[in-house]
Amino acid sequence: MKRIIPMWIAIIGGFAMMLSSFVPLAESAGEMFADVFNVVAAIAFVLGAGSLAKQHLEKLSRRDAGWGYSIITLGSFLITLFIGLLKIGIHPNPSFPQAAYSGSNDAEGSAWSWIYEYMITPLTSTMFALLAFFVASAAFRAFRAKNTEAILLLVTAFIVLLGRTFAGVVLTGWFPDWASGLRLENLSIYVMQVFNTAGNRAIMIGIALGVAATGLRILFGIDRSWLGGGDA
Amino acid sequence: MRITHKIPRRIVTNQSCKRVAAFVFMLMCYAGAFAFETRGDGSVPIAPTARIVVAQNTSTPPQESATSTPVAVSATPARPLFNSEKTALLLWIVFIGAAVTVSVWLAKSGRPIRIRRIAALEAVDNAVGRATEMGRSILFVPGIQDMDNIQTVAGLTMLGRVAKTAAEYDATIEVPTCRSLVMEAARDTVRASYLSAGRADGFSADRITYITDDQFGYVAHVVGSMVREKPATCFYMGCFFAESLIFAETGNAIGAIQIAGTAESSQLPFFVAACDYTLIGEEFFAASAYLSGEPAQLGTLRGQDVGKFAVGVLIVLGALASTILIVTPNSAPVVWFFDILQKVLGG
Repeated sequence: MKRIIPMWIAIIGGFAMMLSSFVPLAESAGEMFADVFNVVAAIAFVLGAGSLAKQHLEKLSRRDAGWGYSIITLGSFLITLFIGLLKIGIHPNPSFPQAAYSGSNDAEGSAWSWIYEYMITPLTSTMFALLAFFVASAAFRAFRAKNTEAILLLVTAFIVLLGRTFAGVVLTGWFPDWASGLRLENLSIYVMQVFNTAGNRAIMIGIALGVAATGLRILFGIDRSWLGGGDA
Repeated sequence: MRITHKIPRRIVTNQSCKRVAAFVFMLMCYAGAFAFETRGDGSVPIAPTARIVVAQNTSTPPQESATSTPVAVSATPARPLFNSEKTALLLWIVFIGAAVTVSVWLAKSGRPIRIRRIAALEAVDNAVGRATEMGRSILFVPGIQDMDNIQTVAGLTMLGRVAKTAAEYDATIEVPTCRSLVMEAARDTVRASYLSAGRADGFSADRITYITDDQFGYVAHVVGSMVREKPATCFYMGCFFAESLIFAETGNAIGAIQIAGTAESSQLPFFVAACDYTLIGEEFFAASAYLSGEPAQLGTLRGQDVGKFAVGVLIVLGALASTILIVTPNSAPVVWFFDILQKVLGG
């Protein structure tokens, strides 16, 4: 029963979503299932927050390595929750001046907005900036000319990289008109529009068919590994 | 070798019902599509009760009014029963669905199925075994999207297989998640896998944790935990964006064996460059069926291949038709064929 009910919910929900895509009259059914999903996700968020708190409280009580960071995590979580729920620093909505909590958390000058702008955004940007170094190290490894395929990859990468910068124009801009196709900027466009697009489309077709087959496997109840496998 | 299965009667009845329901649904959609396609004028049907005939202006000269026709205006236009713009898509779904259903039926009847070897999936057992031998954990990252994303669902089906192998090998599996609903689903999946492996006592819900919905906050946690705990094996299965390379490069730096799978084509090059094995696009969705080895599931892969073959044929025909059209632009049969092809492709 524990597997049959989720399986049938998935089957009915899946068919309803499919139907809503083709039958305009059934659009509301699709929207209803999307709303149900949002409600379930919101309820699950409480479980997620509980899991986070439990994980860090256990770490604190055991005095595991790095338990100090758990204090920071829990403290940040509670402060943000407190500020968000109580809408600290937020003025009431001009349309409802009598309602103290009618303002939006996103309003300029609010404490929540300040946390987002001056703490979360810089931290996110810092993590994102690390990507530049990882790209460099991955490119260094990927473009090592150890065999024919790697050499082809290296040459193609150089053409595209140079062709998309001013360096490409400076290096090959003097080519006469009859050889303009060999200019790096034009070669780069050719590589991206022909080879890259063809490869990308092949992958996209495979993905579309894979999505369809996976959807059918789940809708028909053939694949139940997401329920832990076995018979229902 | 003929594959025989003893399937309980209840399950057969269940599956038959489901198949019949799906078939009836497909037929209804198919019939609906054609019923509306045959109108031919592409007009939106208006319910008779909603028609209002606008009275003609009395000052209009009689000769003009004789030629003018009443204007039908819809006050509350009825919505069509079928969205005819999506006919081609529906027909494709019906075709793929039929190919999958027939392939499953053939596979169940004992027809041998040859599936090409996928190196990344062959390496799963070795990767889990390596973690066991080294006495280190396995890290499984199910992407950063919620359960409404098919890639996350595919990632969790893969998690079920990996967790079962890990349970059999007595290895530890850690699953940090970016969405609380994914955490709950992952817990159920891993719990069921441990149960089916006969190792229910080895399951610990605390190893499947919710971190944060924030993309880079999640990245910070996972990367930090990778550097500290140095898992022997890392799986990245799901929907990834900018974090893909950060995960894969960190895993590479700590010397973990890495197997990735995603349908985000923009992230595939990063995984290919930094991981030991990568499931590219359709391979990712085939992973669960491939690892299960069940004829019914393998049959769906054959159905997928039939769809791929059909697409290949259409691409070749389209390329030929457009080439002929450039050489002989006024060739009526080719123009007609090209038009048909565009309709089939929903263009």
